[in-house]
Amino acid sequence: MPDGIVGNSVKRLEDAELLVGEARYVDDINPPGLLHASFVRSEFAHAKIKGIDLDAALNSPGVVAVYTLDQIMDVMTTDRVPATFPAPQPREEFGSYVLAHDEVCYVGEPLAMVIAQSRYEAEDAAALVNVDYDPLDAMTDCRSAAQPDASATDTRNKGNVFSSVSMGYGDCKSVFENAPNVISETLYQHRGVALSMECRGVVSSFDKRRGKLTIWASCQQPHGHKAILVDLLGLSEDQVRVIVPHLGGGFGPKLILYPEDASVSAASVKLGKPIKWIEDRREHLLTTTQERDQVWEVELAADREGRLLGLRGKLYHDQGAYTVRGTNIPFSAATTILGPYILPNYQIEVSVVHTNKVPSTSMRGAGHPQGNFTMERLIDRMAEKIGIDPAEIRSLNLIPSDSIPYEQPLRTQAGQRIIYDGGDYLKCQEELMRTLDYSGFSVRQQQAKSKGRYIGMAMANYVKPTGRGPFESGLVRIGTSGKVSVYTGAVAMGQGFRTAMAQICSEQLGIEPDDVIIVAGDTDTVSNGIGGFASRQTVCAGSAIHMASLKVRKKVVSVAAHLLEASEEDLELENGKVFVKGVPNMVVCFRDVANAVAGIPGVALPEGISAGLEAEVKFKPENVTYANGAHGCEVEVDPETGKVQILRYVVIHDSGRLINPLIVDGQVQGGITLGVGHALYEHMIYDENGNPLSTNLAEYLVPTAPEVPNYEIVHQISPTERNPIGVKGVGECGVMGVMPALLTAVENALQDFGVKLNSYPVTPAIIVEKVLEGGGYS
Amino acid sequence: MAYDFLDIKLIVNGEQVSARVPARMHLVDFLRMELELTGSHLGCEHGICGACSVRVDGVVVRGCLVLAAQCDGSDVLTIEGLSESKEVVDLQNTFVERNAMQCGFCTPGMLMTAAELLAKNDKMARNEIREFMSGNFCRCTGYHAIIDAIEITMEARREEERS
Ligand code: FES
Ligand code: FES
Repeated sequence: MPDGIVGNSVKRLEDAELLVGEARYVDDINPPGLLHASFVRSEFAHAKIKGIDLDAALNSPGVVAVYTLDQIMDVMTTDRVPATFPAPQPREEFGSYVLAHDEVCYVGEPLAMVIAQSRYEAEDAAALVNVDYDPLDAMTDCRSAAQPDASATDTRNKGNVFSSVSMGYGDCKSVFENAPNVISETLYQHRGVALSMECRGVVSSFDKRRGKLTIWASCQQPHGHKAILVDLLGLSEDQVRVIVPHLGGGFGPKLILYPEDASVSAASVKLGKPIKWIEDRREHLLTTTQERDQVWEVELAADREGRLLGLRGKLYHDQGAYTVRGTNIPFSAATTILGPYILPNYQIEVSVVHTNKVPSTSMRGAGHPQGNFTMERLIDRMAEKIGIDPAEIRSLNLIPSDSIPYEQPLRTQAGQRIIYDGGDYLKCQEELMRTLDYSGFSVRQQQAKSKGRYIGMAMANYVKPTGRGPFESGLVRIGTSGKVSVYTGAVAMGQGFRTAMAQICSEQLGIEPDDVIIVAGDTDTVSNGIGGFASRQTVCAGSAIHMASLKVRKKVVSVAAHLLEASEEDLELENGKVFVKGVPNMVVCFRDVANAVAGIPGVALPEGISAGLEAEVKFKPENVTYANGAHGCEVEVDPETGKVQILRYVVIHDSGRLINPLIVDGQVQGGITLGVGHALYEHMIYDENGNPLSTNLAEYLVPTAPEVPNYEIVHQISPTERNPIGVKGVGECGVMGVMPALLTAVENALQDFGVKLNSYPVTPAIIVEKVLEGGGYS
Repeated sequence: MAYDFLDIKLIVNGEQVSARVPARMHLVDFLRMELELTGSHLGCEHGICGACSVRVDGVVVRGCLVLAAQCDGSDVLTIEGLSESKEVVDLQNTFVERNAMQCGFCTPGMLMTAAELLAKNDKMARNEIREFMSGNFCRCTGYHAIIDAIEITMEARREEERS
C-alpha cells in the first residue's frame, strides 16, 4: 500500500480542465435544437393576480411558446413543487408554486415562462407579458408577521406562523428568579445570498420517442431532484436522469428544486425539445433562496463567578414566502447554541414565520452559525457585566476534555441524541490565545490608542455537527480495462471532492489517486444518493468509498491468489498489480484479475468466486460527528469613516483526521470569507413593502481580495470513532464563529464610545452612527 | 421587433474570424455561443465580478460590457488562447500547488487579470496584489490561496531574471 496518500496535500485532480477553460458547467451544455427560457416575475411582494396577458409575447420574434401554470398542468401531477425535506406537515402544502397563478408572495416569484429560439428573444418577449396585479399588504419582518393581528403573508394559508416548537431542559424559571447575574438582549441576524459565482441553471431535454427526460442541473442533490421530478411529472424512475456537470459553487441554495427547474422540465416534456434556463445575477439576488434572518429575544443567567446557569427566550425564524425545505434551520440554530459549553438550564420558544420575501433554506452553515452567534454574543455581554475577561468566562464554562464524550441534554430535529464525540475545547482556545498573543493585547491596544488608532480583539468558540446521514453511496469497480472507477450519489461542488475520494480509494487499492476515475452526480450510475450539504460528504461518501474499496481489495486478492496459485496472505498490491511478496515475477495486473471474473460464456467462474470486480456500500453513520474550533481576530476600526480592517484572523480548527490538508485549508478560508461578508458587508435590503433594493453586485457587496486578511489556520486533530476513516466535516465550519468574533472585536475597538452591536452586517454607516451616539467626534 | 446585425472581422486566439452578429450581443456571449469558447464565464453581466475578463488588443476588459460589434478589427484573447500560448503556465502550476481554485468558475478571469499583473514585472507587496485583483470575485477560496499563487509566481519570475 503506498504510504500516506490519505493525509497528504495531494494536488487536485480537478484543476487541469478548470485552468484552461475546458470545464463544462451547465451553461456550456448545448444539445442540438436547444431552446431558451426566460421568466416573467412578480413585481410585487404580495398581490392577487387578476390576469396575465400573453398576446404580445406570443407574437414576438423567435418565440416558440409562452406558458402560464394552466398550460403546463396537463404534464404535471400537482401545481406545487414538492418540498425536498420532509417537514412534520404534509409536504405538498407549503412548497412554491411551479408558476404562481392566483397570488404572488415575493418579488421575483415566477408567473409565466417564455420559450424562444434564443435567450435574447425569450427576454424580449417576457418583457411584453402584461400582468394585472391587485397589491396586498406585505410583511417583511418575521417578528411582526408572527403577531396574531398581522396581515396575511399568503391569504391561502391559515396563518403566518408555519410552526412553533418549544424546546429545552431543566428549570429556567426558578434559576432566573435567583440568579445573581442576568442579561437580556435582542439579536438580529441578517439574511444574505449564497452568491455562488455560477448562478443557478438547468437544461432539460425530453426525448419523446424514448420517453426519457435528461436534466443537467447546477444542483447539489441529483437524486433528490430526480425523486421530485418523478413525482411532479408522473414519470417512472427509469424515465428521469439527472446529471450534475461542473458546479460553479453551491453553498446550499442549489439543494432546492426551484419553480424554474420544474417548469422548464415540464415545458420540455410538453414540447419534446431541450430547453435551457440560466439564472442571471439579478434573478439570483431576487429568487435564489437566502438565509439567516432570525430575531432572538434572549436572557442569560450566570452565578457570581460567571458560571452559566441558564438561557431562555424566543427565536423568530424568517421562513420567507414558502416552506421549501422544512424547518431544519431554526432547529439547528436552537440546538447548536449550546456550543462547547455546559449550560444547566435552557428553554427556547421557536416560531417559524412566513414573510413576503424569497424562501429561506440552508446556506453554508444552515442555522448553526446563528445559534453560535447568539451564545457567543451573550457570553461576551455577560463577561462585561460581571467584569471578567471574555477568555476567562469561556474557559470557566467549556466542557472539559475528560468529560468527552459529552451528551447535551437535547435532541436534534431528527430525534437523535447530541453526544459530542471528541475535541479538546480548552486546548483550542488556549492555542488561539497564544497564537493571537491575547495576553499582550491590552498593552498593544493602549499603545495604539495613544497614536489615535482603535484596535480590538475578540474570540468565539464553536461546535458543529457534521457528516449528516442518513447514508451516502459509494460503488468501486475495476473494469476489464483494469481501470478503477468510483461512483457515488455525492456531488462534486468544487471543494476538491474528487481528489479526496480518489485519495481514499487509491490508498486501499495500491494505486495513485489520479488512476481513479470519480463519477459523481449522475443518477444513472448509482441508484441512491443524498448529495452535498451539511459538511457531510467526506464523512459519508468518504466512508462508503473506503469500505467499498476494502471489499474490492479483498476480492482482488482472492481472485489473484487463485490465478497465481498462491495464498492470499502472501500477496501485495502495488501500482495496479498484485504480486507474491518477494517474488516479483509472480504477478497479475488488475486487468487480468477483472477479466478472470468478467465471465466467458459457458465457462464457469472459479470455485467460490462471484462475478464482477466491484462493491457498493451505502455508509450509514450512526450519528453525526462534531467538529469544533476557536476563532479569533484583531481588527482596526476608523471611527471617522467606519471602515473595519481585519489585521489578523486566526482559526484553531478540529475536524478530526484530514484527508487532504490543503483542501481543508481552502474550505476554512472560503468559509471565513463568507462570514466576513455576513459580518461586515452583505446586506440584502428590502423596503417596507418587500421590494428588494440590493439587486446587483454594486448594491449587494461581498468581500473581494483587499477586504480580507491572510488567514492563519492551526489544525488540532481528534479523529472520530463514528466512521471508519476518522474524519469530521469541514465545509461549513469556517463560517462558524466569524460573525460573533468580528462584531465583538469591533465593539472592543470602539469601547470608548460604548458601541454595542446586536445585528449584522455592521456597515461603515452603522459604525459611524453608533460612534456618534456614543459621543464620538465631539 | 427587428434587430440590427453587423458583420465583423476580428482575431480570436490568433485566428481570423468573420461573423454576422446581433448589434446588441456582448463579446462573451459571442465567444461562448458562436465560437464555443466557453472558458469565459458570466457571473453578473453588469461589469462587477470579473468572471468574463478577456484581453482585447492587449488590455484586460470585462467581456460582458463590450459588444461583439465593437471588437471589429480587434485582437481578442480568451483563457483558451492564453493557456495555449503558455504565457502563464507557471502561474497555472502555482494555482494547482496552492489550491487557488475550488469550483473554478472565477479561475479563467482570475488568470487573465493576474497575467496582466505579472506582465508588469513590478515587485508588489501582498496587499498591492490584493488591490490589483479586487475586480475579480471568488466565492470559494477566500482569495488567500490565489494571492499566494500570484505572489509565488511573481517571485519566481524575478528570481529567474536575476539568475
Ligand atoms: S460577468 Fe462581466 S463582470 Fe461579471
Ligand atoms: S473558485 Fe469558485 S468562485 Fe472562485
